[in-house]
Amino acid sequence: MKEKLILIGNGMAGVRTLEELLKIAPDKYDITVFGAEPFGNYNRILLSPVLSGEKTIDDIMLNDLPWYEENNITLHAGKWVTEINRARRTVRTADGIEENYDRLLLATGSNPIILPVPGKDLEGVVSFRDIHDVDAMLAASKSGRHAVVIGGGLLGLEAANGLRQQGMEVTVVHLMDTLMERQLDRPAAGLLKSALEARGLNFLMEARTEAILGEERVKGVRFNDGLEVPADLVVMAVGIRPNTALAEQAGLYCERGVLVNDTMQTYDPRIYAVGECVQHRGATYGLVAPLFEMAKVCANHLAHLGYARYEGSVISTKLKVTGIDLFSAGDFHGDETTEDIVIKDAAQGIYKKLVLKDNRIQGAVLYGDTIDGSWYFQLMREGTNVSDFRDQLLFGQGHLGDSGHSGQNAASAMSDDMEVCGCNGVCKGDVVNAITQKGLFTLEDVRAHTKASSSCGSCTGLVEQILMSTLGNDYSETPARKPLCKCTDYTHEEVRHTIREHHLTSIPDVMAYMEWRNSDGCHVCRPALNYYLISTWPGEARDDYQSRFINERVHANIQKDGTYSVVPRMWGGLTNPAELRAIADVAEKYAIPTVKVTGGQRIDLLGVKKEDLPAVWSDLNKAGMVSGHAYGKSLRTVKTCVGSEWCRFGTQASMGMGVQLEKMAWGSWTPHKFKMAVSGCPRNCAEATIKDFGVVAVDSGWELHVGGNGGVKVRATDLLCKVKTEEEVKEYCGAFLQLYREEGHYLERTAPWIERVGLSYVKEKVVEDEESRKALYARFLESQKFAQQDPWAERAAEQVDRHEFEPLKEVV
Amino acid sequence: MEDIPRLGARVVRTEAGDVAVFRTAGDEIFALRDQCPHKKGPLSQGIIHGKRVTCPLHNWVIELENGQAVAPDEGCTGVYPVKIEAGKVLLGLKQA
Ligand SMILES: Cc1cc2nc3c(=O)[nH]c(=O)nc-3n(C[C@H](O)[C@H](O)[C@H](O)COP(=O)(O)OP(=O)(O)OC[C@H]3O[C@@H](n4cnc5c(N)ncnc54)[C@H](O)[C@@H]3O)c2cc1C
Ligand code: HEM
Ligand code: SF4
Ligand code: FES
Repeated sequence: MKEKLILIGNGMAGVRTLEELLKIAPDKYDITVFGAEPFGNYNRILLSPVLSGEKTIDDIMLNDLPWYEENNITLHAGKWVTEINRARRTVRTADGIEENYDRLLLATGSNPIILPVPGKDLEGVVSFRDIHDVDAMLAASKSGRHAVVIGGGLLGLEAANGLRQQGMEVTVVHLMDTLMERQLDRPAAGLLKSALEARGLNFLMEARTEAILGEERVKGVRFNDGLEVPADLVVMAVGIRPNTALAEQAGLYCERGVLVNDTMQTYDPRIYAVGECVQHRGATYGLVAPLFEMAKVCANHLAHLGYARYEGSVISTKLKVTGIDLFSAGDFHGDETTEDIVIKDAAQGIYKKLVLKDNRIQGAVLYGDTIDGSWYFQLMREGTNVSDFRDQLLFGQGHLGDSGHSGQNAASAMSDDMEVCGCNGVCKGDVVNAITQKGLFTLEDVRAHTKASSSCGSCTGLVEQILMSTLGNDYSETPARKPLCKCTDYTHEEVRHTIREHHLTSIPDVMAYMEWRNSDGCHVCRPALNYYLISTWPGEARDDYQSRFINERVHANIQKDGTYSVVPRMWGGLTNPAELRAIADVAEKYAIPTVKVTGGQRIDLLGVKKEDLPAVWSDLNKAGMVSGHAYGKSLRTVKTCVGSEWCRFGTQASMGMGVQLEKMAWGSWTPHKFKMAVSGCPRNCAEATIKDFGVVAVDSGWELHVGGNGGVKVRATDLLCKVKTEEEVKEYCGAFLQLYREEGHYLERTAPWIERVGLSYVKEKVVEDEESRKALYARFLESQKFAQQDPWAERAAEQVDRHEFEPLKEVV
Repeated sequence: MEDIPRLGARVVRTEAGDVAVFRTAGDEIFALRDQCPHKKGPLSQGIIHGKRVTCPLHNWVIELENGQAVAPDEGCTGVYPVKIEAGKVLLGLKQA
């Protein structure tokens, strides 16, 4: 017999918990759901756009009735549970349905607070919580003209905006002298108020409601200073209170909410609680992001996995009024121990404030330009020390380099048909529709469903903005701890650390030791593990070719039609007539359709058939050329300018330096591709300052630059240091490469890696601490002993991996 | 069967196009048309995990058993019946 699970409260947190549970233990329970509302589960967040007429109820359904049937869940919609009997383990509804449980899940949400003033029960006085309230407001907006919204917080302003769009005259009444005082500081609240006034809302600030006037139906509102205003509809939006009535009846310990521990259990271990009704470590929550985290943890325990813990959430907020961009997170008021950084441009309607303490972000308020909200929020949650880029911080992540989203950084200013994702041709409207109609909540969801932001990632900020303005907050799962992939809960660091500490040398060993969920992992973790193993145990761990992406498996770049490209190495970009002749011969002999000079100063042969690859390589090998690794997460090219060997401005021999660096570093595998360049003087013709490691010659020696990036997000390098000799250039370069190889996450370029760990850290390890530098360099050279074998020669002459290049059989 | 590496694939050329023959970690053999339902990527070149293969071009994940793309992607590619007799792989090429 299956155990019986009962859910009370058919809302967002409860049903999310069921969804998480069904994902990990679909057959564990016989599930019954009681919900007071006569519907399936809908997206409460989107009631605001339903009120303003931008969405319909059908648009916002998350789980319709067939969903419950398909998952064998019994739903009692429209049924109030009035009693829990813990001794007999039963629940009972108002109309007498009784069911027993083995485990019970409470998700009763919260109740709107109703001010205890005369007239509060009159017809036409409503709250803003459910579909029923929205229907009442819409009906009133058809027959009446004046609406009074009590409460100038998030919910009140969304209600007011919606009613205004339905054509009513709306007055917002607020007790304080600034709007949304819990989310905004005074300047931002001022900008917001002006913007809303421009849309036709009226405000009464510092006004205390004394009575609601009328006989049967509401006619007006009176304030304590005697002022009376007419009203056909009064919306109370003064706050919410966790709905603990049922829990209290059952004798469960409650304070402001139902008390739960880190496993979402109440004082009765058979009874779990999630959502707005709970109080966890002293906090209650009123936004979905934390509720969804609770749901995940709760499901983990319901499924008897028993390892997840909820440790509380840091939240950010966003007002969902179309056309107004506003973001707030953390402690944005600050005190004597904090410092503010502020930009204010009232004419453009832009205000940004960051509160820092010890160079870490404590809080943020953004108005008008919120593109960097998610970035600040992430820096805040992760407690990143921002001193390395503090002077650029307010200008945004894009200004750490230039960014690639063609100047678009305000999603709200975009129309539905404007393109958000240039790689996959996804428009803003597509993203919004997917979020609302498919019930998406996370960036990952949006990526999976729309492909927006899933390729180059440069539009991630925009997609996050759209998510935020559609859902009203930034939902990101389990902050600061990103598992390597879906097969594990461990992070990149943890996996790497374990590989080193426990001397694991094969992928099956790692998966067994770290309890991987899928026995042979997935396309995300296997290449990462393979890299971590071969970089940690060079010469010892076996390189597992089946865990490498096709390009690295066959040592050529796959093209869209399934053919390959071949790029022979040309040291420092230098070549000679014999090599060029060999390349020309190969191109003719194998009828290679395209020959192109690449951006990295090499020659690319495009459109080679897979079965021709070994022969092509063999011919190139004969002319002395080896693989250029243009296909790998490895050292790509070292670009050089002609330098003092030829150039009249040259200060050092940049070609020679480039050749030496390439001879030293070729063949090494790195977390992501790694590019270098050497320029002979500060005119920098080799564009060294957008490379992972760039060398610029000056009269007195060499400047070493790191962490540059062309591509999607252009980032200029940071200056690492200056050195005198060529030998030093090699040593610093090798040490930097090795530090990146040992500590970069798989598929993390040097630019984001340096932003993550900080330039100061890299300087400390590579520049300031000589011992550390020498040790890194020595480890790099050691691992190069195993890496510098030409993979082309192995395959062309020694017949390695024959099976990759020949068909199994031809059936004609 | 030994000609196909574990967690690997080989191609059989036929008049009707290439067929990808996969071998899983548990030595099960599956055969699919070597064309991804997305943009015809060669599935034989993908990374194999469980009973799935990830297309090398844009990372769609395809079920080896039925050729279906794993949600939220949608699409499917042809499946060929496979039989193993004494370590030999037999493909039913007519039906698919
Ligand atoms: C208009 C509006 C706009 C919002 N905007 C945002 C936003 O932009 N961003 C954001 O993150 N959050 C927003 N929220 C908050 C968010 O919707 C809630 O945090 C979330 O819905 C709470 O989920 P829950 O499951 O705890 O409660 P609910 O979703 O309220 O579900 C509780 C359910 O339990 C039922 N119930 C209660 N008692 C019983 C009983 N005894 N028997 C049977 N059923 C019972 C209730 O009827 C209700 O259906 C908004 C809320 C509203 C109302
Ligand atoms: C460090 C100490 C403890 C740890 C790590 C721990 C951990 C756990 C875990 C993981 C579960 C399973 C939860 C689930 O399936 O949802 C559990 C269940 C339980 N624990 Fe503990 N526990 C600890 C101490 C205790 C103590 C001291 C008691 C009692 C005095 C206790 C009583 C219970 C009970 C009654 C259950 C079953 C609840 C149910 O029916 O689901 N535990 N514990
Ligand atoms: S960078 Fe300087 S040395 Fe090199 S080509 Fe340009 S001008 Fe000449
Ligand atoms: S062609 Fe297979 S994922 Fe695009």
